Amino acid sequence: MKTIAIVLSLLLASTCTQAAEYKRVDLSASQIRFTSRQMGVPVDGAFRKFDASVAFDPEAPSAARGQLRIDLSSIDTGVREVDEEVVGAHWFDVKRHPDARFEMRQILPQGGERFQISGTLTLKGVTQPVVLNAVLKRSASQAVMEGSFIIKRLDFGIGGGVWGDVKVVANEVTVQFQLVLRP
Amino acid sequence: MLTESRLQPATYTRTAILLHGVMALLIAGGFSIGLFMVELPLSPLKLQLYSYHKWTGVSVAALLFLRFVWRGLHPPPPLPAGMPGWEASAAHASHLLLYLLMICVPLSGWLMSSAKGVTTVYLGLWALPNAVARDEALGFFLGALHRILTYALLAFVVLHVAAALKHHFIDRDGVLGRMFHLNRSRP
Repeated sequence: MKTIAIVLSLLLASTCTQAAEYKRVDLSASQIRFTSRQMGVPVDGAFRKFDASVAFDPEAPSAARGQLRIDLSSIDTGVREVDEEVVGAHWFDVKRHPDARFEMRQILPQGGERFQISGTLTLKGVTQPVVLNAVLKRSASQAVMEGSFIIKRLDFGIGGGVWGDVKVVANEVTVQFQLVLRP
Repeated sequence: MLTESRLQPATYTRTAILLHGVMALLIAGGFSIGLFMVELPLSPLKLQLYSYHKWTGVSVAALLFLRFVWRGLHPPPPLPAGMPGWEASAAHASHLLLYLLMICVPLSGWLMSSAKGVTTVYLGLWALPNAVARDEALGFFLGALHRILTYALLAFVVLHVAAALKHHFIDRDGVLGRMFHLNRSRP
């Protein structure tokens, strides 16, 4: 009788972890990074401050909701001169557009732990659709959602004027995210 | 009867002369760009010049390697027989230092760039490995070292040119002619 109870409770526990709905993003464990290129040189950086909300049950992805807001002035490229430049009017213009927003519209399961996420990205007053692939890595207490996508900076008016030459600073910017989701 | 070949004093090989000339131009160009670019505010031009400066340095280092190999296979022409011993020693020592600085200046630049977290991508195509991990303090130190070594190289280049001109115009001993084929007309 005792054995059956233990087996039952174990079974129940394992179903629970499998079917968990993730309702919280652990911001301190999550990362939003990017890679750009200048004169062929990869330049890596990260955004240190962002907010995210999520309601995502991997077993019922159609009901998922998610939002991400990035404080653009928290950019960190490792070079102070660059950090100061990119918040200026030519680039992000943080005085008028302090943050970037991603609104999730849909998550489509792609088999296994792969998902296709579509949504809209609003940056410097321009809203564009974004479709990206993400992988979910689940463990007992959390799930890590990882993915990347490429945006064209000039589509959002980022780095215009004298900085418009894509031979110097490439148009493509790869954004990588790693969000730690908790129940 | 003297043959044509005996009349012609020994000179550097054509390849050595070409390597010397190309490297002189690259070093002068790299130095001028470097001097100008560091003062610029952040701009597309500044980023371009930094890349050109680095490409110049990588080229100098690569050509220097070729030059070492060539020099090993083709020893330079001898110094004039009448040259005092101390002068010959000083010439050898300053040439050795020139070679040393020509490798240390680009090397310190590459190390600095690595420490500052900026990969060197030769001609925008080939990424050099990063010599050290990103470290702001180390980058600052290597930047200072790069500057000091550059000015040491400048000092030795000035000495090198001054010595060459002294040999040509004061000593008239044909030392400069070994590099510039000026000795043909001299008896």
